[in-house]
Amino acid sequence: MPAFIQMGSEKHFSSLHTTLCATGGGAYKFEQDFRTMGDLQLCKLDELDCLIKGVLYIDSVGFNGHSECYYFENPTDCEKCQKLPFNLENPYPLLLVNIGSGVSILAVYSKDNYKRVTGTSLGGGTFFGLCCLLTGCSTFEEALEMASLGDSTKVDKLVRDIYGGDYERFGLPGWAVASSFGNMMSKEKRESVSKEDLARATLITITNNIGSIARMCALNENINRVVFVGNFLRINTISMRLLAYALDYWSKGQLKALFLEHE
Amino acid sequence: MHDVLFLITGGSLTKLAYYSTVQHKVARVRSFDHSGKDIEHESPYEITVQEEITARLHFIKFENTYIETCLDFIKDHLVNTETKVLKATGGGAYKFKDLIEKKLGLKVDKEDVMTCLIKGCNFVLKNIPHEVFAYQKDSDTEFRFQTNHPNIFPYLLVNIGSGVSIVKVETEDKFEWIGGSSIGGGTFWGLGALLTKTKKFDELLHLASKGQHTNVDMLVKDVYGGAYQTLGLSGNLIASSFGKSATADKEFSKDDMAKSLLHMISNDIGQLACLYAKLHNLHKIYFGGFFIRGHPVTMRTITYSINFFSKGEVQALFLRHEGYLGAIGAFLKGAEQDNPNEYSWGENYAGSSGLMSTSPDLCPMQRARSGTFDMFEMDRLERPLVNLPLLKDPSTYIPDTVDLTDDAMARKYWLTCFEEALDGVVKRAMASQPDSMDAAERAEKFRQKYWNKLQTLRQQPFAYGTLTVRSLLDTREHCLNEFNFPDPYSKVKQKENGIALKCFPSVIESLDSLGWEERQFALVKGLLAGNVFDWGAKAVSEVLESEPQFGFEEAKEKLQERPWLEDSYSEWIQRLKEGPPHKCALIFADNSGIDIILGVFPFVRELLSRGTEVILACNSGPALNDVTYSESLIVAERIAAMDPIIHSALTEERLLLVQTGSSSPCLDLSRLDKGLALLVRERKTDLVIIEGMGRAIHTNYYAALQCESLKLAVIKNSWLADRLGGKIFSVIFKYEVPHK
Repeated sequence: MPAFIQMGSEKHFSSLHTTLCATGGGAYKFEQDFRTMGDLQLCKLDELDCLIKGVLYIDSVGFNGHSECYYFENPTDCEKCQKLPFNLENPYPLLLVNIGSGVSILAVYSKDNYKRVTGTSLGGGTFFGLCCLLTGCSTFEEALEMASLGDSTKVDKLVRDIYGGDYERFGLPGWAVASSFGNMMSKEKRESVSKEDLARATLITITNNIGSIARMCALNENINRVVFVGNFLRINTISMRLLAYALDYWSKGQLKALFLEHE
Repeated sequence: MHDVLFLITGGSLTKLAYYSTVQHKVARVRSFDHSGKDIEHESPYEITVQEEITARLHFIKFENTYIETCLDFIKDHLVNTETKVLKATGGGAYKFKDLIEKKLGLKVDKEDVMTCLIKGCNFVLKNIPHEVFAYQKDSDTEFRFQTNHPNIFPYLLVNIGSGVSIVKVETEDKFEWIGGSSIGGGTFWGLGALLTKTKKFDELLHLASKGQHTNVDMLVKDVYGGAYQTLGLSGNLIASSFGKSATADKEFSKDDMAKSLLHMISNDIGQLACLYAKLHNLHKIYFGGFFIRGHPVTMRTITYSINFFSKGEVQALFLRHEGYLGAIGAFLKGAEQDNPNEYSWGENYAGSSGLMSTSPDLCPMQRARSGTFDMFEMDRLERPLVNLPLLKDPSTYIPDTVDLTDDAMARKYWLTCFEEALDGVVKRAMASQPDSMDAAERAEKFRQKYWNKLQTLRQQPFAYGTLTVRSLLDTREHCLNEFNFPDPYSKVKQKENGIALKCFPSVIESLDSLGWEERQFALVKGLLAGNVFDWGAKAVSEVLESEPQFGFEEAKEKLQERPWLEDSYSEWIQRLKEGPPHKCALIFADNSGIDIILGVFPFVRELLSRGTEVILACNSGPALNDVTYSESLIVAERIAAMDPIIHSALTEERLLLVQTGSSSPCLDLSRLDKGLALLVRERKTDLVIIEGMGRAIHTNYYAALQCESLKLAVIKNSWLADRLGGKIFSVIFKYEVPHK
């Protein structure tokens, strides 16, 4: 942040305007710095207000004639997976899940009426933070790259690892994860997994968890459309497709996961 | 019971449940055979020692790495020619099936783990007092025990093992898995091992207890520079777990990472649990699974998480025997034909290791034990136990007057008191079996065992639930039984009963010569004076030991003058004068000897004369010198031979003798013999009389009943007297009438 403010100062941003509209946590945290270093007055706007307005605006203007909002058809099938447009003309009510460092979940009832339902601290920051610690990677892109090459089933304990197949009593398929990182309780297994496997497992764990919480919120709030936005999903197709699949599967098709081109 | 063994395997822990019959000695009393013999016996009856069998359930818990040792144990001790089946449940049933079948030559029958878990949970919630507790920080002891509510359904059970299972239980047989999470104990253990290179779960928790998560997590204030006011998010909330990892240039300490991991997982589980609770409109969540395991740190974080995400509307509750739920359930399922739910069960304190806080700062030596083997024993009680129908509100009834888990000063006093009394108890135990070769050895073992229990309770007062004087007394009885001292006072009681019976006719004669009002007062004084004769109280036993002639008359004379410490005698006498005779009185008797014979029986006689029926309830099993049901039968028989009023009352069934279902010096009105309860209803009992310190003061002092009640005792402990505002040998006479 200081580097940015410095740049702003050098480029004489302050001569262009005297007020800079800013949103997000940093608007509060760095307000003072902006004023003293960059001679810029910040007009603080609530980030969630902005987020919602932004979502609704972008969808209304579209994206080069295409719809801004889309969903995945056949998300788990690499060959058949398709991005299909979704019409957000009558968007309300909508569950908006913003996945940044942390996660905020909002229920939007109209353009001026929304509430923050809940949030979770297991977000993008957690994925990236844990990845750095487990694999030594240093950028988000690197972490995603590693994840795309790994096999999380080596790290996670699946239902079939415990029950030898599906657990019919609960309707749990054998491929479902019973315990994230559950195989890592064993020393031999810890030594046999690769960094890529760990990265993948971290991604899957965080993503599935967000999906779970989002799904429960949707049920509690009686909303069946869930829009996922946020930096975590930037260039992160794995997570997007996983969210799409998980939401569809566990809700038996009742909930739909939606995404935006300019999350 | 079938010869079936039960093995419950989880992702990392296995529980073995087996049923055994335990033989122990019981002292039985019986009348002398009078047929054709003219011999005058010195004693009123004879005592015989018999072997009795109790059905006992054992549970042992150990880590999966020790499975082979467990199987060896089973092979060496539990498998006989009749054992054909091992019932196994849990994931390991699949994993270890071949190993078990090969090693033991037994067929492995797989049971559904969830069914077992729920059955077990229902069982403990219904049968074990002080099973449920909530975590309470900032109080002297961390755990607050809850009263067992008679209706336990519906509830949410969240089992946190390697993964998380969330089950909604609606009735005894109707339950549904409604969801789960893959982020559970296995995640904490696995990620923890990867990040900190710590291999053991307990060690990870230990690291976490020392760490500072704020070094690793990104907080709201890190993002906003303070609180996020518009949304009411406090600055200290975690915005992103491990959020600082990406930007920090230094390495994180193991403690901090472990702590952060703990918060991350606890918060996540709590959040999901609340979302499910909200969806199903439930307000109580019971948590089980190895992740909880009585560790203050996880209970604290889970409790905090539930409080936060439900805004205080949902309560996080824990079970003392959470690790055994599946094992108990599997056993119940296997024993279904024997109707285990028809019996009542009691925890055997002597054989149970108790809830252990694995926090090493509490007790370093305990830590070595946890995680390997843990034991729990339950005895099947002979008769089912139920609530007294006359309790005003069974769901809020708490028998104990003082909660020692809460009251540190009281706790210290009583633990010391019992420690100091131990010598005397050991002597008495040895003296009661003079002909036994190994009495001294067993008495010493008893001393060691009980001493250790007291020390455990000093360190961890919550080990067996709420700590009370009652539980200390009961634990002592269990330990005595364990070492075959079922009734150390049997000979003392026999002697005193003999002496008292001889004095009975003259006591009655002098009472009958009094005017009505004088007689009522004399009867009450008689009850109180009789109650002084209590070997359980140190102050009294010292006197009895030094002054063997100390008699009934002297006791009456030395009784406290009115007004007594608690004195509603005037209201009582008023009631007798103005109201109609009571329909039926239920009397809970206390001591043997002078108390029952010269105190209680004359009082009973008077009630009978007024036209009131009497139910005389005595202990099912011995405790200190309390009168037992079997002794009361003989005493009644002997008195009937001397007194026509008692004789006719017995013959016409206006005087009924019953057992309470208890073998304790205290009285829990929520766990009484079913027969007693039925009789109370049938005879429309409208007066309850409770006598003695154990039953009327240590317990039930504040108990509220639907009918008139009389609680009488002489306080024989100076600390307790002081607590209640009086001196030693103060009199309590509490006559209570329910509000309309």
